[in-house]
Amino acid sequence: MMNKKFRDILIVVAAAFVIFAVVAVIMLWPAKSDGPILKQSFENADEIVLTVDDSVAIGNIIPNDVSVFEQDDPDIQMHPVQVYAGKQKNTVVLKFQDPLNQAHPHIVNIEGIAKDPVSLTVERSYWGYLVSILISALLINNYVFTKYLGLCVFFGTSRRKSTATGMGIVFTIVMLVSAILSWLFYKFILVPFHLDFLQVVVFIGLVSLTVQAVDTILRKVNPILFKSFGVFLVLVIANCIIIAVPLDMASNHYNLAETIMLALGAGGGFLLALYLMSNVRERIELAPIPESFKGLPIAFMTAGQFALAFLGFSGLQIF
Amino acid sequence: MSNTLSKKELIARGILSQNPIFKLALSMCPAVGMSTTVVTGLMLGSAVFFVQVFSSLTISLIKNFIHPRIRIPTYTLVIATWVTVIDLVLAAYFPAAYAQMGIFIKLIVAFAIITMRLEMFACKESVSDSVVDGAGMGLGFLIGMVCLGFVRELIGNGTVLGYEIFSFKPFMFFILPCAGFFVVGLMMAFFNWIEARYRARMERKS
Repeated sequence: MMNKKFRDILIVVAAAFVIFAVVAVIMLWPAKSDGPILKQSFENADEIVLTVDDSVAIGNIIPNDVSVFEQDDPDIQMHPVQVYAGKQKNTVVLKFQDPLNQAHPHIVNIEGIAKDPVSLTVERSYWGYLVSILISALLINNYVFTKYLGLCVFFGTSRRKSTATGMGIVFTIVMLVSAILSWLFYKFILVPFHLDFLQVVVFIGLVSLTVQAVDTILRKVNPILFKSFGVFLVLVIANCIIIAVPLDMASNHYNLAETIMLALGAGGGFLLALYLMSNVRERIELAPIPESFKGLPIAFMTAGQFALAFLGFSGLQIF
Repeated sequence: MSNTLSKKELIARGILSQNPIFKLALSMCPAVGMSTTVVTGLMLGSAVFFVQVFSSLTISLIKNFIHPRIRIPTYTLVIATWVTVIDLVLAAYFPAAYAQMGIFIKLIVAFAIITMRLEMFACKESVSDSVVDGAGMGLGFLIGMVCLGFVRELIGNGTVLGYEIFSFKPFMFFILPCAGFFVVGLMMAFFNWIEARYRARMERKS
């Protein structure tokens, strides 16, 4: 009965992810532009790829004809170290010495391929950026395994699979609500009145408020659900992640959509970490391990191995 | 007033029998993330010590005015106030160390150990006892962090406090951030082992 409820919730979450991904792909579909350059995009960390029409002789472009700068600071001009034809037909690869900061739009100026110098903007699509925030919080910068936050609750509730999923889901919901509230307070009260130094007090106050509100509402609206999830609500506030996410949001100046993505990623990452860990710990209970390693020490070793495995996600780039 | 321990015993309890890191296994985030060298461990430990002592003091002073139903939010707000104080002080006077510790100073507000001491001790006991208890717990945390930092810095980098002890790096892996899990796990297992040996010897004697 319990398991079925969990499965339903998981299916809904998965469906939401799939719909989101489809929408993102549709929005990502590139639009056509006029001029000799049809399409421009970032490729590997240090490459910009242009698709040109037939009037352009690719071999004639030399690195000094091309200058690139970030939209925000036009003073820093870069030239590609190499310009060569790409693998596909009519593509030019501009290779740079250092990796580009692809979160910011770049302006590319090219002389010599048309009568006038051609100027164009290369940027990652905004949806791709949003998804990259989600993926980053979920896997690359997983709050548990690569930022080492929320460990008390992580080790406390990962003993059984059912508690782990319950804690993860409750945490994700509270995280989302409190992150949105924190964003509202930060954007409309703390920033306009220059009250930045009150961040910690305001954010932790909002978290306790959210927890109290969810507790009261759930108790009245759905007592059965409260019985199975109520115990986790108290633990949510002892979890550093819940306060780390608003602080990250404030230091990165995220807008609402980005904040929601960050909160979803952090909550989902915590759920993922708890689920993985609880699976292993259920098996470990049956395994013959040295007496002095029983309990927490072996859990720490397991978490360490997960952390090593999650290192492999660094540098992952989808969009 | 249910406290029967003397002030010395309160301090000893925080450091040994109820050490927040190795015995209670609370506040593990900084123990894993911030213990790469002795200095960072010492800095964060001192910050926690400060917050713990002053929050215990504040709560024990105002304990008669707190309505029991809103006690947890009250604790949180008191801790948050002191965390803001130490955060601003460190940012002003130790900018280099502050930059290194990053978000962890602000996260002291969510450390379970501080709330737990307020709930279990400071809201019932006298002011002086609460301060001593807070100091004991803070010291226990500080010593735990310095121990971890010492082991990781010595084995991972061959240095202590930046001074070279070995001319080589015995096991570089220990200084990597994710090795924190392994070091904490190994040290916990080591302490369990010592305790088991000690207990076995005691039983053999009696």
